[in-house]
Amino acid sequence: MQSGKINEIWKLLDSVPDPEIPIISVVELGVVRNISFTNNVYQILITPTYSGCPAVKTFIDDIKSCLKTNKIFNFDIKIIYAPAWTTDWMSVETKEKLRKYGISPPSNKVVCPQCTSSNTVLVSEFGATACKSFHKCSECLEPFEHFKCI
Amino acid sequence: MDNELLNYTLRIADNSLILGQRMSEWCSKGPTLEEDIALSNISLDLFGQANGFYSYASQLDGNKSPDDLAFLRNEREFFNQQIVELENIDFGNTIVRNFLYDSYNFLFYSSLKNSKDDTLSALASKSLKEVKYHLRHSKNWLIRLGDGTEFSKQKVQQSLEDIWQYTHDMFSMDEIDNKMYKLNIGINNSHLKDEWDKIIDETLLEAKLVRPKDGYKAEGGKNGMHTEHLGFLLAEMQFLQRAYPNAKW
Repeated sequence: MQSGKINEIWKLLDSVPDPEIPIISVVELGVVRNISFTNNVYQILITPTYSGCPAVKTFIDDIKSCLKTNKIFNFDIKIIYAPAWTTDWMSVETKEKLRKYGISPPSNKVVCPQCTSSNTVLVSEFGATACKSFHKCSECLEPFEHFKCI
Repeated sequence: MDNELLNYTLRIADNSLILGQRMSEWCSKGPTLEEDIALSNISLDLFGQANGFYSYASQLDGNKSPDDLAFLRNEREFFNQQIVELENIDFGNTIVRNFLYDSYNFLFYSSLKNSKDDTLSALASKSLKEVKYHLRHSKNWLIRLGDGTEFSKQKVQQSLEDIWQYTHDMFSMDEIDNKMYKLNIGINNSHLKDEWDKIIDETLLEAKLVRPKDGYKAEGGKNGMHTEHLGFLLAEMQFLQRAYPNAKW
C-alpha cells in the first residue's frame, strides 16, 4: 500500500512546475531524487540545480504547498548534494519539451530551437538564469537560450 | 578535531562569500549587459556555494545559524584569503584577480572532492562544476584583454603586478591545514602549485602578458589577518543585520 502512495506522491510532484521554466516539472528537471516512507513520514530528497539558483527555495515551497493542498502533512524535505545534479538526468521527452518551448535543450551540440540548425554562435556563457547560456543562430539569425550541459 | 574541521570549513565558505560579495558589486555596473549578467551569475554561484559550506559549519558549530556566521562575525573572525577581499578597481583588475583565484579554486575543489569527509566531498564536487566555467570566463577575458589594445594590455599587466603578492597564500599550509590533510579530510595546498603554475604560464603566454617576479608575500587571511578592504566590505554586507538584528525579508 505504501509503494502505491509513494507513486501517488511522485505524480503529485510531477504537477509542480519549475518556477523559471514552467513547461517542465520539478520531477522532469531531476531535482526530486528519492521518496521513501519511514516512521509514518514521507522522506523527500531534493538536490539543488545550481548552488545559488534562487528557484530552489521557490520550488521547495511549491512542493510543500502542493502536498498540503492534497492533505498530505506527514512529510519531510531534505536537501542533498551528492550525487551533484546533472542535465544527464533529463529524459529525451523533457528535452523535446524544452525545445518546443524555445529553449535549446542540454547537449554538447547546440541546436537552434527555431530552425534546428547547428550553425550557431555563443554570445555569452551566462544567460537570464544560472542554467542557461545565450546564443545566436547563424542560419535564421534568431537569438536563443541554451540549457547548459553540466 | 571538530573545532579544526569547523575552522577549515569556514575558510572555504568565507572565500566564496567574500568573492561573491565583490562580484555582486558589479551588478548594474558591468561594462556590457552580457558581462553584467555574467558577473552577477558568478556572484550567485559563489553565494550558493558559501551557503552549502556555512550550513555544514553551522551543524559543526551547533549554535550559530548560517546567517549568523555570515552576518555576525567581525573582520578578525573571517578566514578568507586576502586575494578575494581586494577592491574591484576596474574590470581588467577583477578579471586578473578572478583568473588567479579561479585557477586555484578549480584545483582546490578538484582535490577536495576526494575528501574523506562526505559533506566536504559532496560540496566540492558540486562547486567544481560551477568553478570550471568561472575559470573559463576569467581566462578567456584575460587573453582578450592581454592580447587586446596597448591600453588594455598595460592595464591588466599592472593589475597582475599589483595582485601577485596575494597569490602565495593559496599554497601555504598551517597547523589546521596539516591536521586536516593528515586525516584525509583536507588537501595539501602546496601540491596544487605546479598545476597552478602551468595554467598561469600557458594562459599568460597566450595573453602575451609577463609573469610577475615573486616579491613580498601577503599572508594571514586564513588566520583572520586582513587588508583594509575587508572591513568596508563587511560594513556594507552586514549593515542590515547589525542595524536591525534578526530582520527577515
